[in-house]
Amino acid sequence: MSASLSAAAAIGELACTPLYNLHRALGARLVGFAGYAMPVQYPSGIVSEHLHTRARAGLFDVSHMGQAILAGPQAVRRLETFVPGDIAALAPGRMRYTQLLDAEGHIRDDLMVTRLPDEAGRERLFLVVNAATKVVDFAHLAAELPDCALIVLNDRALLALQGPKAAEVLRRHVSSAAAESVSAMPFMSAKSLQWHGVLLNISRSGYTGEDGFEISIPATAAPGFAQELLDEADVRPIGLGARDSLRLEAGLCLYGHDIDNTIGPVEAGLMWSISPRRRAEGGFIGYEQVKWAIDHGPSRLRVGFLPEGKAPAREGAGIAALDGQIIGRVTSGGFAPSLGRPVAMGYVDAAHAAPGMGVCLIVRGKPLAAKIVPMPFVPHHYFRGG
Amino acid sequence: MTTRYTKSHEYVRVEGGMGVVGITDHAQTQLGDVVFVELPPIGQRLSKGDEAATVESVKAAAEVSAPVSGTVVEINGALADSPGLVNQDPTGRGWFLKIELSDAAEVDSLMDEDAYRAFLQAAS
Repeated sequence: MSASLSAAAAIGELACTPLYNLHRALGARLVGFAGYAMPVQYPSGIVSEHLHTRARAGLFDVSHMGQAILAGPQAVRRLETFVPGDIAALAPGRMRYTQLLDAEGHIRDDLMVTRLPDEAGRERLFLVVNAATKVVDFAHLAAELPDCALIVLNDRALLALQGPKAAEVLRRHVSSAAAESVSAMPFMSAKSLQWHGVLLNISRSGYTGEDGFEISIPATAAPGFAQELLDEADVRPIGLGARDSLRLEAGLCLYGHDIDNTIGPVEAGLMWSISPRRRAEGGFIGYEQVKWAIDHGPSRLRVGFLPEGKAPAREGAGIAALDGQIIGRVTSGGFAPSLGRPVAMGYVDAAHAAPGMGVCLIVRGKPLAAKIVPMPFVPHHYFRGG
Repeated sequence: MTTRYTKSHEYVRVEGGMGVVGITDHAQTQLGDVVFVELPPIGQRLSKGDEAATVESVKAAAEVSAPVSGTVVEINGALADSPGLVNQDPTGRGWFLKIELSDAAEVDSLMDEDAYRAFLQAAS
C-alpha cells in the first residue's frame, strides 16, 4: 500500500504550537503542515471528529495561522488598497472575510479582518491570515504600508471552538457578567473578555459552517484554557483532517487549493465579499481585472459537484462535459461524513457552470458521473442573533 | 494456513492454491476511516507489485499492490456498501480479493508474521 499521506518523519524539524504537548498527550497523529507539527486526527478518527463537531462542539488548534495588528492613523483606508473587502464599513468589534490581491487581481491570500477600537488616535485592525503565507503576507504589508505599524502576534495561540454547543460551553468559562454577551454576539463580531485574568480576543466566526468562536489567547495561557474546554463533556479535540472535511461540506475555500495567485475573487465565487461601494469605487490593487470580471462575467467559475456513487474525486481530477470535452479540474474533493457520500468543488468554464448540469469527474482514468450543485453542501448554522 | 506480509502492508493468506489479499491492521490504522475501495475485475491477471486495488480514506487515496502474481477469482462485494469493514476487521471480513496463485514460491519471499512485526517495530 502506498499512500500520499505519510507520517512526518522529520517532525523534529517542525515548529510547534503552544498546544503541542497537549496534542501528544491526547494521542494525536501529528503531521507537518505549513512548517508546523499539527494534529491531523486524534484516536477517534476523522469521521467521528467531524460528526461530533456538527452535533456538539469541537476544539481546534489553529495557532499556526498568522495573527497581527495593523495600526495607524489611516490603517483602514490603507489596508483597503490591498483588499476588495469593505473595511471602512466595519464598526469596532465587527469583522469581515476578504482577500489580499496582487496586481493581476489574483488572490495572494485570504484573511479575516476585525476592526478594533481606535487607540491613541490610531485605527487598529486585527488580521488573521493563512499559516503557509503569513511570513510573506506580513512582510508585504509592512513594506507597502510604512505609515502603519504591523505588530505580528507571535506570542498568541489561536483556538477555534465550533459546533451547536460552542456558545453554551464558552459562556461557562467567562465571568458571569460576560456570559450573556458571549451568547448574544452575532456572527462576524468580536469582543475582548477575561478568563482568569487573561485577556481573550473572541470572535464569533469559524471555518466549519457551524456556529462557533475563534479565540486568540496568550501562548502561555493556551494549554490551560484548552484543557478547561476539553474537560467539558460536549467538547472533543478535532484535527486538521476533520477541519478540512467540515470546511469542504460548508463550501469554503482552502487557500493553495481552491484559491491561489492564479485565481481572482469573482471566479472563486467570492463576490459576496466585495461590497457595492468597493465594486463601484475600486481603489484596490487588481481592481481593473476584478471590475472586468464583474462586468463581463468570469471565464470560469468555482462550483460544487455531487458525484454519483461512493468513489471520491480528489484535487486534480479532470472535469469533462458529457461530450468528453475537458472543462476544468477539481480543486478539493473527498468524502463528506455528514452526507455519507463524496463531494467536490472545482473550476469549470462559465458556459458549463449551471447547477443541475451533468459532468464527468475523471478518477484514475475513469469517468465518474457527477452533477453540478449549489454550495454549501451542508447548510450553514451561523448565529445571526435573536 | 500461511499468512505473509509485504513491506507496503498488504497481506496474503494462502488457502489451498488461493491467496486472500487485504491490508494489515497497521495499514488501516494509518489510513483512518476507509470510505471507498475500488477492486479489480474478476479474471484480471496481476503480477506481483501491480496495482490491485485502491483504498480511499477520508484523507487520502492509497494503492494496494498485489503481494503475489496470479488471477483475480473473487472480490469482496461487501466492501461496496460497508468499506468500514476494512477498519473493523482488516484480516477477516475486510479482505479485498482472492487470487489464484500462479507461482506459489513467491509467497515464501514475503515476510512471515514475526518478520512483519519486527519490520513495523524498526519503522516506528
